[in-house]
Amino acid sequence: MFEKGIALNCQTIQDLLNGYADGELDLVNHLQIEEHLRDCSSCALVYENQKALKSAFADDSFYFQAPADLQNRIRQMLRESNPETSRATGKWRWRLIPALAALAVIVVLIVLLIRPGSTNDELVANEIVSDHIRSMMPNHLTDVLSSDNHTVKPWFNSKLDFAPPVVDLAANGFPLVGGRLDYAASRPVAALVFGRRQHVINLFVFPSTGNSDIANQISARQGYNLIHWSKAGMTFWAVSDLNLNELQEFVQGIQNNA
Amino acid sequence: MRLCESESSHLPRNKAANFEETILPHLDAAYNLARWLTRDGTDAEDVVQEAYLRAFKFFDGFNGGNSRSWILKIVRNTCYSWLQKNRDHEPTTEFDEGQHSVEVRDQEAVLIGNIDTQMLKRLLDELPSEFREIVILRELEGMSYKEIAGIADLPLGTVMSRLARARAKLHTGLTTCLKRELH
Repeated sequence: MFEKGIALNCQTIQDLLNGYADGELDLVNHLQIEEHLRDCSSCALVYENQKALKSAFADDSFYFQAPADLQNRIRQMLRESNPETSRATGKWRWRLIPALAALAVIVVLIVLLIRPGSTNDELVANEIVSDHIRSMMPNHLTDVLSSDNHTVKPWFNSKLDFAPPVVDLAANGFPLVGGRLDYAASRPVAALVFGRRQHVINLFVFPSTGNSDIANQISARQGYNLIHWSKAGMTFWAVSDLNLNELQEFVQGIQNNA
Repeated sequence: MRLCESESSHLPRNKAANFEETILPHLDAAYNLARWLTRDGTDAEDVVQEAYLRAFKFFDGFNGGNSRSWILKIVRNTCYSWLQKNRDHEPTTEFDEGQHSVEVRDQEAVLIGNIDTQMLKRLLDELPSEFREIVILRELEGMSYKEIAGIADLPLGTVMSRLARARAKLHTGLTTCLKRELH
């Protein structure tokens, strides 16, 4: 950086003084500055000030010691975040694993045995709600528009491999609007459309996969109420934005007339 | 299978022991840095605890190099995220290049002699944190420019210029106080 014999610029020297004071300069620069400081009093003064500042920091009061209990707290924290630290719990842990695994298997089996197809029902419920919402879009509600159950039933018979029970509940205040073919639970299903004031009820009907009857199961999704049941080999899903009481009344009517 | 199990149950225990051996001894350095950056004892303890928990989580990634630099880097980062979350009005860089060069020339004027420790502490506290941290690491931890550059994620040149500016600022503060006392 410096050529020997050339007078060194004081500003350049002072820029390097930090590195000099910190012992961060290479040997050549270090010696150059040492030489300059012997001859130049103003640079020497700056250096004296630097040294004074540096030695002031040597005072113990600048250094904050960690509080005595901080180390213990950190040790404790590490132990808690790392449960394997304790030998005893570690051993117990490994012994518990087969037992926990067995317990998990049992729980899964119980759930599967007690609630057959419960996850499947979830999927179907989602499909039913989607079908219901789609049926509300213009010109999607009915394929056969008729309040006459004797028109709707034969129409279904020609389209499906099963005969959905078609009833008219006009007397109960739920007039039949019509029927529609839809798709749910991986198969074509019958969708019977009923009205109640300005509300629409979709009743989805298709053959059950199991033999057992299922009592009314009530759920709600995206603001729609759903009632699901199985009877005599048929599965029913009633879905509507109607309040639950009236939907239950509707389901009661269907079950009494079917 | 049995062998795997017994090994994996031993590994974490070694990890904890290794961590306590290599990282815990730097607790004072960690606390000192956190204390200077947060300017508060209780906050510093919180930050250090959080930093040590983080450090333990990432300890697998520690390659066995400079353990003090490694933990101080984590403490520093934890400090800044803590400050960002808990203190809205933390002052940032205040002095610019122009101001700085004036200060350097001013240094020629006075010999400051004996330095009032309390005054210097106050001046250091008032430095913006990006300058304060470099003074702490250099003067209190005695770290090299290169180590500081690693901890603060800065180019070496920036470390040098920030250190020069910080010292100039401290010097100016001290001389201003001295002059005030003389009058």
